[in-house]
Amino acid sequence: MFPIKESRFLSGDVKLFRVEAPRIARKRQAGQFVIVRIHEHGERIPLTIADSDVEQGTITIIVQGVGKTTRLLNQLEAGDAILDVVGPLGEPSEIKNFGTVVVIGGGVGTAIAYPTAVAMKQAGNHVITIVGARNQSLLILEDEVRATSDELYLMTDDGSYGEHGFVTQKLQALIDQGRTIDHVLAIGPIPMMRAVAEVTRPHQISTIVSLNPIMVDGTGMCGGCRVYVGKECKFACVDGPEFDAHQVDFTNLIQRNKMYRDREQESLEAFEADPTHDLEEAHHCQMEQRFPEVGPRTV
Amino acid sequence: MVDKLPPKQRTKIPRQAMPEQEACQRAHNFDEVNLGLTEAIAQRESQRCLTCADPKCTHGCPVGVQIREVVDLVREGEYLSAAAKLREDNVLPAVTGRVCPQENQCEGACVLARRFNSLAIGHIERFVADYERKTGQVGLPERAPLTGKKVAIVGSGPAGLSCAGDLSLKGHEVTVFEALHEIGGVLIYGIPEFRLPKEIVRQEVENMRAMGIDFQTNVVIGKTVTIDELFNEEGYDAVFIATGAGLPKFMNIPGEQLAGVYSANEFLTRVNLMKAYDPDQYDSPIYDCRGRNVAIVGGGNTAMDSVRSALRLGAKNAYIIYRRSEEEMPARGEEVHHAKDEGVQFMNLHNPLEFVGNEEGNLTGVKLVKMELGEADESGRRRPVPIEGSEFVMPIDMAVVAIGTGANPLVQSTTPDMATNKWGYIVADEETSRTNKRGVFAGGDIVSGAATVILAMGAGRVAARSMHEYLETGQW
Repeated sequence: MFPIKESRFLSGDVKLFRVEAPRIARKRQAGQFVIVRIHEHGERIPLTIADSDVEQGTITIIVQGVGKTTRLLNQLEAGDAILDVVGPLGEPSEIKNFGTVVVIGGGVGTAIAYPTAVAMKQAGNHVITIVGARNQSLLILEDEVRATSDELYLMTDDGSYGEHGFVTQKLQALIDQGRTIDHVLAIGPIPMMRAVAEVTRPHQISTIVSLNPIMVDGTGMCGGCRVYVGKECKFACVDGPEFDAHQVDFTNLIQRNKMYRDREQESLEAFEADPTHDLEEAHHCQMEQRFPEVGPRTV
Repeated sequence: MVDKLPPKQRTKIPRQAMPEQEACQRAHNFDEVNLGLTEAIAQRESQRCLTCADPKCTHGCPVGVQIREVVDLVREGEYLSAAAKLREDNVLPAVTGRVCPQENQCEGACVLARRFNSLAIGHIERFVADYERKTGQVGLPERAPLTGKKVAIVGSGPAGLSCAGDLSLKGHEVTVFEALHEIGGVLIYGIPEFRLPKEIVRQEVENMRAMGIDFQTNVVIGKTVTIDELFNEEGYDAVFIATGAGLPKFMNIPGEQLAGVYSANEFLTRVNLMKAYDPDQYDSPIYDCRGRNVAIVGGGNTAMDSVRSALRLGAKNAYIIYRRSEEEMPARGEEVHHAKDEGVQFMNLHNPLEFVGNEEGNLTGVKLVKMELGEADESGRRRPVPIEGSEFVMPIDMAVVAIGTGANPLVQSTTPDMATNKWGYIVADEETSRTNKRGVFAGGDIVSGAATVILAMGAGRVAARSMHEYLETGQW
């Protein structure tokens, strides 16, 4: 059991959790993720670690409620607990002094890009951050990102905040201005990451994306998260999740991610219609936490 | 004491059959296929034992179970004593009674096998373990006084569990680390409910907990904690690595990336660990097999488990595609027969060349080539050779690739001073299970490559003996 120490909504359906997981907190590096299961009948889902606090023994995860499991998670509060949290998984981001680095976060992807931006800043880079969202209410971590960026550009699709337009337009504008860009990291919806790859490709700017394929165990055992990078088959859980954007087969990633769309939709509808059972089950886990089983007997 | 029949009469009793669920019925449920021997059948079967002075069966068992003694106790109706005797050598009798390839081990060595059918040792073992479980009076072996030594076991599959059991009995403080959320390794994620009910594994794990073993799930050794940290920060005195061979192999043919193509590991994990066959209760999704055509590539036990799972998920046609003939199939005979009875269609001497898909990226078919057997190769088996011009496309909606697994590199990559071979398996001494790194032992599939449950358990026992010696003497 992994107790939730703090939880708060950052925007409409995006929620931040600080979860007690001392071993993971101690080891975690930017770019890594955990796999979470909420209750006995739940699925295993990967979530990126946004931050950690070694002294408090906590990790921070930021979750957008899009499917059943993430919406259920977003109904949990401080004092509740998550049944299983395993990690840190995946390879850490490559952090070094590239020179000028552009970090691009789209929607909840900002939460994933943020720790890498912090690490890039610490490594001595000039960090330009471009954060995009559909509208103002979906922009998250503005203050945190501002504090770690040398330059920050906020973009909204509807112009309700920051500049009107997509993150790729800002990136293109920077390139057109003749700014030197040594490295780009883009994390967000797949179409956004693909679009960023196409902007930087003609200029041969090294570009990294963090992929989010379907995953079960997260340790290289199931092969469900296989992605194709430069014709090579890679497992996102152990070889990634970050890959060279110019080599990734995004079309295949989109197709494989659609595999369970119908089932996921059904599951979400059933949950929205009546979340009681799942909530009870999630809280039942918490009861076990309060009344732990008697420890191992010594014969 | 039941009178022993004279040997001549014993051999006249035919080998007793295992009662099983009807094929037409079981092909549509995940309940166990074999129903288990009744007391009467177990009695009758045990009468067949010739009580050899030098029991070949025990020599044929990788963990050396004292089979003749167990069978004697069964004949006398002393089932709980029989169970206790079993547990002296085997921490998972209810498991091995179900999934061991007995025909190649104890039963293969049985003297009766030469002229009659061998004694049904596996079935008797299962009967005894089940009897004990039902009474709830598990005869846990006595534990030696505590030694104050701490041991970490990496991986909770058969090798890890059997090593943990033996070391705990020797009085060491044992912690078993598991990356998944449930203890049991391949017994939980790999072997389906209809062959090995998960309740059985859970009960065995509970017994081990009662023996004082500590189990920690959700810890990925190599990521959450490294091997060096186990020694330096968590105070362990020795480590046994039993992570298995869990890295799925693919064929590297075109179309393998299509949605609908699974590795056997993913398919079986979704079905077994994540209970995807019960979507009303469990959230983990799986491809909807109902009324569809499903092909499994491979001829081992994992392929049989996958194909029979697909049938139970409602597949209209479930095929085995295997490039050699049935004779060369590595799967147990019993599993192949069960699969056939249930309606699995065997396409032996066929090899996939390519998976075919539609523009949405979903699998729609597999291009196959017919094979014939040529000269014997280095493995002694006749080499399958493609028949030119025999290619054709078979429409399928889902495929499972079950052609084997390799070594998972997680632990090795964060323990660079531990030797591995060119395939990534850990190098460990066969007799002592020692690696080249002080205090670190390894065994089971991560050393040998993919094998059987009982061989892994045997490796766990070898390691336990050697680790005990190291913990006592401190000599490396």
